[in-house]
Amino acid sequence: MTSAVASELTAELRGFAEVQRLAYDCAEAVAAQLKPGVTERGAARMQREWLRERGVRDWFHLPFAWFGDRTAFVGFRIPLQFFPTNRVLEAGMPFILDMAPVYKGYTADIGYSGCLGPSPVHDRLLADLEAHRELILREVRERRSLREIYGDVDRLMVRQGYANRHRAYPFGVIAHKVDRVKERRWSPHLFGFGTQSLKGLAGDALRGHREGWSPLWSPYKFSDHPPRPGLWAVEPHLGFRGTGAKFEEILVVTDSKDPEQSAFWLDDDLPHVRRWAEDS
Amino acid sequence: MSLKGARERWVRTGGIELCVAEMGDATQPTVLLVHGYPDSKEVWSEVAERLADRFHVVLYDVRGHGRSTAPAPLRGGFTLEKLTDDFLAVADAVSPDRPVHLVGHDWGSVQSWEFVTVKRTEGRIASFTSMSGPSLDHFGHWIKKRMSRPTPRRVGQLLGQGAKSWYVYMLHTPLLPELAWRGPLGRQWPGILRRMERLPGGDYPTPSQPQDAAHGTWLYRDNVRARLRRPRSDAYAHAPVQLITPTGDIFLSERLYDELDEWAPQLTRRSLPAKHWVPRTRPDQLSSWISEFVLANENNAAGVAGRETVARGPYAERFGGQLVLVTGAASGIGRATAFAFAEAGARIVAVDRDAEGAARTAEMSRLIGAPEAWGEAVDVSDEQAMEKLAGKVATEYGVVDVLVNNAGIGLAGSFLQTSTEDWRQVLDVNLWGVIHGCRLFGRQMAARGQGGHIVNTASAAAYQPSKSLPAYSTSKAAVLMLSQCLRAELAAQGIGVSAICPGFVNTNITSTARFAGVDAKEEERRQRKSARMYGLRNYPPEKVADAILRAVVKNQAVVPVTPEARGAHFISRFMPRTLRAIARLEPPL
Repeated sequence: MTSAVASELTAELRGFAEVQRLAYDCAEAVAAQLKPGVTERGAARMQREWLRERGVRDWFHLPFAWFGDRTAFVGFRIPLQFFPTNRVLEAGMPFILDMAPVYKGYTADIGYSGCLGPSPVHDRLLADLEAHRELILREVRERRSLREIYGDVDRLMVRQGYANRHRAYPFGVIAHKVDRVKERRWSPHLFGFGTQSLKGLAGDALRGHREGWSPLWSPYKFSDHPPRPGLWAVEPHLGFRGTGAKFEEILVVTDSKDPEQSAFWLDDDLPHVRRWAEDS
Repeated sequence: MSLKGARERWVRTGGIELCVAEMGDATQPTVLLVHGYPDSKEVWSEVAERLADRFHVVLYDVRGHGRSTAPAPLRGGFTLEKLTDDFLAVADAVSPDRPVHLVGHDWGSVQSWEFVTVKRTEGRIASFTSMSGPSLDHFGHWIKKRMSRPTPRRVGQLLGQGAKSWYVYMLHTPLLPELAWRGPLGRQWPGILRRMERLPGGDYPTPSQPQDAAHGTWLYRDNVRARLRRPRSDAYAHAPVQLITPTGDIFLSERLYDELDEWAPQLTRRSLPAKHWVPRTRPDQLSSWISEFVLANENNAAGVAGRETVARGPYAERFGGQLVLVTGAASGIGRATAFAFAEAGARIVAVDRDAEGAARTAEMSRLIGAPEAWGEAVDVSDEQAMEKLAGKVATEYGVVDVLVNNAGIGLAGSFLQTSTEDWRQVLDVNLWGVIHGCRLFGRQMAARGQGGHIVNTASAAAYQPSKSLPAYSTSKAAVLMLSQCLRAELAAQGIGVSAICPGFVNTNITSTARFAGVDAKEEERRQRKSARMYGLRNYPPEKVADAILRAVVKNQAVVPVTPEARGAHFISRFMPRTLRAIARLEPPL
């Protein structure tokens, strides 16, 4: 898989890459500190503090942390259940850290899956995510409709024996657009989502509604359109009998005619990609 | 003498001559089998034979039983202290340097609990497998706890076990039991065992049985009252314990073991759908559980780590180590069922015509707890292929304990538009697939004579008629009836048969279903539409898998799963005309 080479990255993309790298650094730093007894709230606070110390003032959404079978969203019925709870981490438990910081006006949205101690099931889930990363990029380059790609990802998950857990997200999205955000001195958040980012998303949704596209990549009819140029935070999420795993990173879609340049992952030097490279 | 290849020796202890039989290689770990009441060591013959090729198997006749001599006088000669002396004498004679693995059934288990909880045997017992025999001390505490704070549930448990213990009261009457055993009861006993306990015929019980039973009454008279009145408070097991509970035991309630974890810190629970005399009726399952437990403890002692993934599912005690074959296991309900059994520690054979999918199911099964799993690419409608599969499974993996005939295909379209070829196809897979499965694997189960279970996946369409699913509904109705007939036929062999009627479940059956009488494009459109509707309904196959495991555990006959399937099942019994009216509706495709 080739991405745009560094020299061709515009300053803007470099800004997004920087915050995405920062967020993954945070995830790795926090994951390294997790030990039995830490609660989800504790892990979320660690992420928040780590990023605040490094200059993050606004959020697309506040950091989430899920432990144990909550990584597969077992028994989730209402969106409030996504928020961190007092669930305690134990040895052998899988965990997911998910955060979306805004830094210097650039947004990242990342997901980091790990496990406290060895777990063959979790290893397998992570390894099987690689096929999804390839599938999504290939089909976006083919300019297939987002809804069709969603269906293909879904079918691949079923073939692998997994349940599609991104279906549990609001609107069942596998991805959503992210954009630049104006830096304000006061940046409140609503239900964990930054108001500036929500405003951007709402504006996109309105414009998209008029023009026949949507900033939310869902299984529904409103996503039945070819990929829209922009930055998409893509988050396929696998679930298997109480264990969940996901990655989330930014996919850049452009209007270039060259298929290589029409879509590419913003950064290929991420923990999960490095892991696959080591395994193969 | 029914112990083949046994070496006999006599061990003298406290004025008694104990008859000890040894089988297998004496350098292997020693497994000591203790029989119950009214039995002699020959009750273990089937189990001992199976264990003898891997272990040094030792059996002995408890004092007063079989060919061992009886104490004189009998009264006071059967106390647990004296039985412990006997055990130590035998253990020292057959395995002086290494601790033994103890296995007890009935009174053999009752006395083994004493062995494993008293100080002087510490270091002599490596593990203990108990079946159908609680510790009298634990039993005493169990009763006390329920008497001192009698909640309705506890009173119920007391009365339940109280009723099951009727024979214990009888055995305390003087002289009468001896007369009965030496007289009519002794003559009738083999017949009673065959009829009530479904014991296979053969050379058990042995001719010494009336004498054993008469002497053995002193086991009760010497110990029961004393121990139940003043149970020891230090009866903690100093070795790992495996508890095997037959769920159909008419003498012992399963509730007796509710608080056992307090007394046995390293406890492994197993349950078995069988009656009291499991060493006679389920030797295969017992020997496999005993071997597994003995080897695990030998490895632990030698510092070898156990397997990484240990099954911890809610049904692990019932399905651990059993062989489960699932057809249509590459996707949907079949795959979810294979995973659910794998989580319970069963060995899985995943059968599907999609070789890659079956292999994937097997691979994932191993990750979540199946000790072994295999994928087999077979089309269930192919008689020869199924026969080959049955042969291969029997020779390489063993006799199937649970068979799940799940493979099925969908076919929609009105009757007049359905071609004979369509009919043939759907009946070949949905009905003949089940017939082949039941015929081949059911025969193996029946021939083994140690129980088993068959699950057939029918459908809510089996009782809900519909003008748009004539062929599919017919095939599934046939499966439902076949299951019920088979259930009646196999009940005598201890083989249960369940029919599962799932309803609308979100699987890929919709995207592979055929639609008769429409062109390819329209068919694809309908497949997509129905897949979307099933997706919106979104009933997960995992819940059906749960229902299947529950059906096996409870031996349920017909299990409708989704609410709509249960509703239709209810209506089919009380308001069938309503169902016929629904059958006329056009499906929204």
